Amino acid sequence: MSTPNHPQIDHLDLLESHAIFIIREVVAECERPVLLFSGGKDSAVLLHLAVKAFAPQKLPFPVMHVDTGHNFPEVLAYRDERVATLGLRLEVASVQEAIDQGRVPDPGPLGMRNQLQTRALLDGIEKHKFDAAFGGARRDEDKARAKERVLSFRGAFGGWDPKSQRPELWQLYQGKVNSGENLRAFPLSDWTELDVWNYIRRENVPLPSIYFAHERPVLKRDNMWLAVGEFIHPQHGEVVERHLVRFRTVGDASCTGAVRSGADTLDAIIAEISVTNVSERGATRADDRFSETAMEDRKREGYF
Amino acid sequence: MTEPISDLLRFATVGSVDDGKSTLIGRLLVDTRQLFDDQLEAVATASAKRGVGDLDLSFVTDGLRAERDQGITIDVAYRYAATPTRKFVIADCPGHVQYTRNMATGASTADVALVVLDATKGLKEQTRRHLCIAALLGVRNVIVAANKMDVAKWDEAVYLAVVEQVNEVSARLGFTSSVVIPVSALAGDNVVDPGFMANWYQGPTVLQALEAAPAGSWASSSSGARLPIQWVLRQHGGGRTYAGMVNGGEFTVGQEVTLMPQGVKTVLKAINGPRGGLEVALPGLSVDFDLTDETDAGRSDMLATAPLPTSTNEFEATICWFSDKPLVDGARLRLKHTTRSTPVRVTGIAGTLDVGTLEVGPASEIVLNDIGLVHLATAEPIVVDDYRDNRVTGSFILIDEVTNATVAAGMIGHANFL
Ligand SMILES: Nc1nc2c(ncn2[C@@H]2O[C@H](COP(=O)(O)OP(=O)(O)OP(=O)(O)O)[C@@H](O)[C@H]2O)c(=O)[nH]1
Ligand SMILES: [Mg+2]
Repeated sequence: MSTPNHPQIDHLDLLESHAIFIIREVVAECERPVLLFSGGKDSAVLLHLAVKAFAPQKLPFPVMHVDTGHNFPEVLAYRDERVATLGLRLEVASVQEAIDQGRVPDPGPLGMRNQLQTRALLDGIEKHKFDAAFGGARRDEDKARAKERVLSFRGAFGGWDPKSQRPELWQLYQGKVNSGENLRAFPLSDWTELDVWNYIRRENVPLPSIYFAHERPVLKRDNMWLAVGEFIHPQHGEVVERHLVRFRTVGDASCTGAVRSGADTLDAIIAEISVTNVSERGATRADDRFSETAMEDRKREGYF
Repeated sequence: MTEPISDLLRFATVGSVDDGKSTLIGRLLVDTRQLFDDQLEAVATASAKRGVGDLDLSFVTDGLRAERDQGITIDVAYRYAATPTRKFVIADCPGHVQYTRNMATGASTADVALVVLDATKGLKEQTRRHLCIAALLGVRNVIVAANKMDVAKWDEAVYLAVVEQVNEVSARLGFTSSVVIPVSALAGDNVVDPGFMANWYQGPTVLQALEAAPAGSWASSSSGARLPIQWVLRQHGGGRTYAGMVNGGEFTVGQEVTLMPQGVKTVLKAINGPRGGLEVALPGLSVDFDLTDETDAGRSDMLATAPLPTSTNEFEATICWFSDKPLVDGARLRLKHTTRSTPVRVTGIAGTLDVGTLEVGPASEIVLNDIGLVHLATAEPIVVDDYRDNRVTGSFILIDEVTNATVAAGMIGHANFL
């Protein structure tokens, strides 16, 4: 049915439009939305879509960084550049602050902080009275995520109850919550890792430099390459090596693994991901390896 | 009439509990090599831990702790797959009657239903309920896996009995095609690889049937073009544009459009899409429209082309009821239709469907998981098409005013079989 004056739309167009539709619905139905911006590629795409959804107006809501305090410097610089360029309002929900104020136990300077993110996130939501938080999570990331609605209802404690999710029919997104409750909204639910990368390439979405191959000191721990730096030091017998690596996800610097790769362009990254045998989280997230249902357990406690 | 892109097929598994839906999807994904090594390993580890064999294929989609412990699907799992021919969005739905609302969730966006039934048990009541819901939701094509043929010793008579039952229901519910495939999800016969056990069967495998099924039927429609307005965008220099997602048909710059429910006619001056200006806005695109005339348009109004939708306060609808609390005549709820939310009252219950006989009988209330015919009256007018003509402008949900829970899926009008 394609005639010269008859533009075709492809899979990426439909994903993009659907995400924009979801973002506009949530903003129209909720009082105080916020976009969770980690500086990772999914939140970069989410932000790009949110800006499109309201252009030429400015983004009608703030972004929030749940800051574990274990950041890659490149990612922090990227966050600040985006905030300045797009004229965003940035809130920071700080895990360090939560530790300092005694709201969460101190895991020690090198302890893993992903578990503590949830407390900082929930406190941030409560402090600003946010009733909806956009997240860049995708269903193809994890088996518990595969079960979650586009609009995930969270009760007074912020937890996910997978046994009593609201029905979500057609494209009728229902965002009503009572005071003290909130929603998590996932406009990228139906996107795959490859869709995200293809979209980044098509739209030239800026990314932190660590997504592209670069040489850095790394060490092998639990079968993962961790970047040696402020938060990772060699322990008993671990050897520091220099390798060409890139990151497939960006999370807490103390538990996000790098993959060995020479892919330094979007084309090369997409070619590599198209043939990989290992999932994104399997390759790069130490925090998901502790137990069979690590993600589900964290979501039940209020994680996004 | 619009034909959306066809390289992507959305399908949902339906059928009664334990008949093998998740096992079949696991088999399909494993045999088409859609799983990463670490995911496959994790399924093997979880299986060993629970003593359910080397690889419990249902664990590929049954990802919740409770699902694995209880051996049952609780909520829909969405998976994404691609074969050389096409992309798939898979919704693996639960079969248990208690989770019918989740099955409806998964089936509401499906082009095709993959019906899985235990061939040795035939068409159970719950399978019939799922088939009714799928038919109501507008699914026209079903692929039926007559599963557990290994248990039936690949007896052709067992298969033929299933075919007969399926054909009868299928004719009643108005499915346009319903291929029945003898399958063992457990052993993998006729899922991706042909089954050598059934030399009497020459038809397609499940994968072949899925690759051949018509895609995009979900979004096809026979109404005019519709743009439910989500948001008004202020443009630099003081103008306004109206943002929303197109459905039903396409809009073209220069075309006359009608603002509903106001009934005001104007002309489409310009279309902005996500990637810039457009001459034509196709269904599924998020756009914003610049109009020639000043209007008072806002969120929950609709822009439309002929044949125009109907603006109404009172209408007949079919609903699937999801609440433990029965729906009674006179009940007050909230209704969400496209981008409008409005109070609604039940002004009559015309009957409920008996999924065994497929007959509608009189009823004074609608109980959990019932399919009912109702009359509704809304506080504000809503702008509707019959669900058979347009699934976006023909659908709505009902919401409990106190808990905000979604308690019903609703469709304007009623299906032919009701
Ligand atoms: N013998 C045999 N057993 C099967 C076959 N397919 C599935 N099963 C078994 O049937 C049981 C139920 O399978 P599931 O895949 O969980 O069923 P389901 O339809 O997804 O169930 P719900 O999602 O809870 O509705 C499991 O013990 C499977 O191993 C088959 O082809 N042959
Ligand atoms: Mg199942």
